[in-house]
Amino acid sequence: MSEAEKPGGTGGGTPPVQEWPLWEVFIRSKQGLDHKHCGSLHATDAKQAIQMARDVYTRRNEGVSIWVVPSAAITASDPGDRESFVDPMADKIFRHPTFYDLPDELKHM
Amino acid sequence: MSAKFDYVLRFGDNALVLGQRLAEWLGHAPVLEEDIASANISLDLVGQARLWLTLAGKLEGKGRDEDQLAYHRDQHQYRNFTLLELPNGDYAFTIVRRFLFDVWHCLCLEALSRSKDADIAAIAVKSKKEADYHRRHSGDWLVRLGEGTDESNLRAQAALDAQWRYTAEFFEPDAVDRAVEASGEGFDAASLRDRWLQEVSAALAEAALKLPAMEKYVSRGKEGRHSEHLSYLLAEMQVLQRAHPNATW
Repeated sequence: MSEAEKPGGTGGGTPPVQEWPLWEVFIRSKQGLDHKHCGSLHATDAKQAIQMARDVYTRRNEGVSIWVVPSAAITASDPGDRESFVDPMADKIFRHPTFYDLPDELKHM
Repeated sequence: MSAKFDYVLRFGDNALVLGQRLAEWLGHAPVLEEDIASANISLDLVGQARLWLTLAGKLEGKGRDEDQLAYHRDQHQYRNFTLLELPNGDYAFTIVRRFLFDVWHCLCLEALSRSKDADIAAIAVKSKKEADYHRRHSGDWLVRLGEGTDESNLRAQAALDAQWRYTAEFFEPDAVDRAVEASGEGFDAASLRDRWLQEVSAALAEAALKLPAMEKYVSRGKEGRHSEHLSYLLAEMQVLQRAHPNATW
């Protein structure tokens, strides 16, 4: 296995782990749409993660394409930052395009 | 009884018995993801068995449907390979069995897709797509087990050594095989041996597993002569229909 395939691989050698690394799974439901996050699973490497994602998340014909990403590679925003990070947007309604009158003929907007 | 009925039963029973064995892993597989994969593959096989057994019932012409054939035949009337009825053992045993069968199954379905019988060909084409995935799954695990730890290699090798003798049956044509092959509706069982051995040898080499020696022993499950294990499997699988015939829910 190449270093690139190891989740969170940094080239510094992997310490022994009890549990298989976690992977985030993204599925594209049909051509032209985005891949959407649909869950996570444990697998030893990327190849196996794809295979398991197929069995765990596409049993009911949900997707045409699968991405897996090592969970360790995801950097998340800090929920503790919410006050300065997210809340200021709540009262700025002028940032939403809600002040246009749309003609009735216009559909799918 | 027509040879073709017997012939079609074999494919149905192979799928059904292996599907039942895989279903036994439900809730017991080594990891959750494998639990789901096993269940998927089990359901694929049971789905294939339904098609084959429905066709067998039609060929027989006595009004027996898939359920009657699955639940109301005894051990000596089952036509699956002996290999498939052996108890699951550990996960290495289960994977090795699947791999040996999956490689054969893909070759078999490919051959059957050229059958002159349109029903047989149609079921083969549909099943082949599933079998290709099954083979990929078991082949991948075979290499992981063989190349994994000393313990996993040891277990995979032990499973291989124990099961190898049961694979001769795949390639030993009997009167039923010959009759259906002669009419252009089946295939020459022996003709699959070389390609099977080639594919299996390549995978074993990659998995650092040793090819066992062929023995003279040939199991006869497809002729209805089974090991003791099949009756226990059937007892569990059939108990509800035997206790309450034609029960539905």
